[in-house]
Amino acid sequence: MTEPAKTIIRFENVTKRFGKMVAVDNVSLSIEEGEFFALLGPSGCGKTTLLRMLAGFEIPTEGRILIDGQDVSRIPPNQRPVNMVFQSYAVFPHMSVADNVGYGLLVDGVAKAERDRRVEEALSLVKLEGFGGRKPDQMSGGQRQRVALARALVKRPRVLLLDEPLSALDAKLREAMRSELAQLQDKVGITFLMVTHDQEEALAMACRCAVMNRGLLQQVATPSDLYEYPNSRFVADFIGQVNLFEGKLTVDEHDHAVVASPDLPAPIYLDHGVTGAHGTDLWVAIRPEKIELYKRVEGQASPVLEDAPAGHNVVAGTIRHISYLGSESVYEVELETGRKVRALRSNLTRRDQEDLTWDEPVWLAWHAWSPAVLLS
Amino acid sequence: MSAATTKDRTPPGPLEYLRRWPIRTWLVLVTVYLYAPLVTLMVFSFNDSKRNIVWRGFTLKYYIAAFQDSDLITAFGNSLTIAAVSTLSSVILGALTAMLLWRFRFPGKAAFEGALSLPIVVPEICMGVAMLVFFTQVLPWPTSLPWPLNLGSIIISHISFSFSFVAIVIRARLASFNRELEEACKDLGASEWRIFRDILVPHMAPGLVAGGLLAFTLSLDDFVITFFTSGPDTTTFPVKVYSMVRFSVTPEVNAASTILIVITVALTFLALRLQGTEVRDTVGGH
Repeated sequence: MTEPAKTIIRFENVTKRFGKMVAVDNVSLSIEEGEFFALLGPSGCGKTTLLRMLAGFEIPTEGRILIDGQDVSRIPPNQRPVNMVFQSYAVFPHMSVADNVGYGLLVDGVAKAERDRRVEEALSLVKLEGFGGRKPDQMSGGQRQRVALARALVKRPRVLLLDEPLSALDAKLREAMRSELAQLQDKVGITFLMVTHDQEEALAMACRCAVMNRGLLQQVATPSDLYEYPNSRFVADFIGQVNLFEGKLTVDEHDHAVVASPDLPAPIYLDHGVTGAHGTDLWVAIRPEKIELYKRVEGQASPVLEDAPAGHNVVAGTIRHISYLGSESVYEVELETGRKVRALRSNLTRRDQEDLTWDEPVWLAWHAWSPAVLLS
Repeated sequence: MSAATTKDRTPPGPLEYLRRWPIRTWLVLVTVYLYAPLVTLMVFSFNDSKRNIVWRGFTLKYYIAAFQDSDLITAFGNSLTIAAVSTLSSVILGALTAMLLWRFRFPGKAAFEGALSLPIVVPEICMGVAMLVFFTQVLPWPTSLPWPLNLGSIIISHISFSFSFVAIVIRARLASFNRELEEACKDLGASEWRIFRDILVPHMAPGLVAGGLLAFTLSLDDFVITFFTSGPDTTTFPVKVYSMVRFSVTPEVNAASTILIVITVALTFLALRLQGTEVRDTVGGH
């Protein structure tokens, strides 16, 4: 565990064009050995093209793709040390489960006894012992996905590629498979590279994520860094929910800064300095769950969070809409400026959701370390 | 039994037209209209009468006579040989054509695809005359060749109209192919040839069989085109039956026709059954 991470895949300035359309735009990315890496982005962002280039189904227009330091850009897919789990699972319908799993070994000329042993091993890895004789149409969607997983893992690839692995499963099963996939990856120790448009999926399973948009790599970070320290409005907005305020820096000291936004009646106080943004427009992102709600009574003073000077990080508003989601409620609060702000509150007790009602005057407050400052 | 009776007692639902008497009557009438001539033909093949106008009692002697008629048997053998060879060739050609259309884009593809259905829409008599002209003017087929080479011109004509049926059936089957299966196969290390053998052919199999049976029945009962391309020594079963009818409509003709009907119906039934499994496969596969 302490040995230094070794780079297994490297994309070097990879660009892919389909005619005039640029699907992947000058992407450079390294993936370490043993990582569970997720490529995340909206549909059409180029993440699947990137994955397919790694598998060998597309050839990069420019740049190189290295696996273990070897340039594989021009190597056909049947000679690459990677295997893929397809979105539709692509389980061969006319073959039994065992034949499906053993197919890659059969093609490689592995002897029957050795093949049978490894197929058995792979099936038990995905908890499908005893299913070898079944036909795919006798299995559920979740089981077919396990067959596809076993079929790819049995070849002991250097990297396992997963194309939207959970998108075809129903909600409950998807959640169960999330942790199971992560456990499986832990057990086999193979590098997993997953493509998904579901940010929750990526945050829950991956060690690191790359967020893509319009063919460009936006940010590569751990799930918590992506969420808490997004580097752009796109990432902040794509991962989870966010309230974005456009503004200008009014104070910028080494230990604190103040941003004034025309949308907010009160200035935003930050407990850290901001570099290189004087006078220019910038954006402040505040996640809904980081905004606290207090009842507002006419004539009573506003709440003060001890880490910001009075009058900062507190605004008055009125609840306009409540989405009750069971474990939490999302409140849409209208400020005096007309701007609507989303605040999220966990329903810690069974009474919590009765506490605040529609058209109720409230205070919104947040801590000085909660907002994220975005320059682009 | 009890389930059936309870089902009958419930009043017909708004869309259950088949359980209302006007539709049922209509269905019966249509069925009678369609099948009465065929049933008459079959029944009268057992008629113990030379003139075959009124029913004179049951006999199998015309079946025996049919089987002892060496010309008829030769014609039947010719028909089976032609059908077998043309089926095999049309399936191979049709499958390759279907794959070409499915897999590749090339200039003139739409025109080619349209031309493919031409043999299906062109009136058979025109096809027949065209074949006659072709085999006299362009490719005179020697009549003195030994059997079965003397059947060549008929076989070629049969392939030319049946392979487009095969191609269309297989093309439809290929449309339901999930390209990810091919990619998965390649991803697992298979070569193009192995993908074709292990994934594509099994997927096409129901189409190959259904197309083959279609080609077989088309060839077996084709009259018009064969009539124009057959010579004195190369009569096929339908052509022979036609010449028998010209002399007299004996129960022997009925018996021979009944045999042909039975073979055709059996093969069509088999083709439909296989297409049925194809539908099930497609539903189960996704």
